[in-house]
Amino acid sequence: MSSHQVTAAATASAWEGGGSPYATNSKKFGMWLFIISDALTFSALLFAYTYSRVSNPDWPKPFDFTPSIIFSSVMTFCLLSSSLTMVMAVHKMNHGNRKAAGLWILATMAGGLAFVVLHAMEWIRLINVEHVTAFGNPWNVPLFGGTFFALTGLHMTHVIIGVIYLGIVCQAVMRGKFKAEDVEVSGLYWHFVDLVWMFIFPLVYLMSARVA
Amino acid sequence: MSMQTEQAEHIEGATTATFGKIWIVLLVLTAVEVFLCYKQLPTVTMLTLLVGLSVIKAALIIAYFMHLKFERFSLFLTLFPMLIFCILLMLIFLGDATRIPLMRPPA
Repeated sequence: MSSHQVTAAATASAWEGGGSPYATNSKKFGMWLFIISDALTFSALLFAYTYSRVSNPDWPKPFDFTPSIIFSSVMTFCLLSSSLTMVMAVHKMNHGNRKAAGLWILATMAGGLAFVVLHAMEWIRLINVEHVTAFGNPWNVPLFGGTFFALTGLHMTHVIIGVIYLGIVCQAVMRGKFKAEDVEVSGLYWHFVDLVWMFIFPLVYLMSARVA
Repeated sequence: MSMQTEQAEHIEGATTATFGKIWIVLLVLTAVEVFLCYKQLPTVTMLTLLVGLSVIKAALIIAYFMHLKFERFSLFLTLFPMLIFCILLMLIFLGDATRIPLMRPPA
């Protein structure tokens, strides 16, 4: 159903056959439902991490200002900026400017890739320098590694899937396929990935920052 | 309400300048969070402050970047009260986490 038909159906009175309760298309509503269910998954993982963190006074603080907090702050900047570029892509697509929309999506993908590279570097540092694994660490608090890698790993998986998804949308937009609503739906997913990081960054990194 | 009027209402406020301002606010709030983590505050106080700021950031992203502010209120009512209720149900157990360290036998 096109967005025009959706709007027309929504604005007609119920007696005239109208009554789309959300005045939105089914793809967007489907993505919203997925986002809510995925939000519950991340909420459960974040809660498990926070519960372990608060209940354990020996919880390690392995994140030095340099490089961990700087890295994670730059990662936050990358994701926030990529959200802005995604908004611009949706805006341009709504105005029918496919080329500009494609370029903004590419910029969004660049932000996502920068995030993944920085995150991988941070993981490697944690494993090789701090000797943290999913099952053990030098501070004898194995829950730290287990919850940290599960939470950040699931998020990084979402980012990688998001970059692939945006790549597919971008090439379709450039070739004249896909409509504005398809770009908007991919944007919803990308903003959700950004939103989840807004909780992981303070709860995982800032709460375990090593203060001299 | 005519279709044109509804479309005009839909677009009103969703400008690139607004999105730029929201992006700057989000960056500032992130900087405040980083500043706060180097203040020697009790764990629960720090947790409350950081989660509070994160909720504000999440609300801004959902409202403006995810466009929910410009959607029908019925969409919000369908999706979010249930999500918030489920998260609050999980948070009930957080009180236990604060008591566990006190229940440890002395070393």
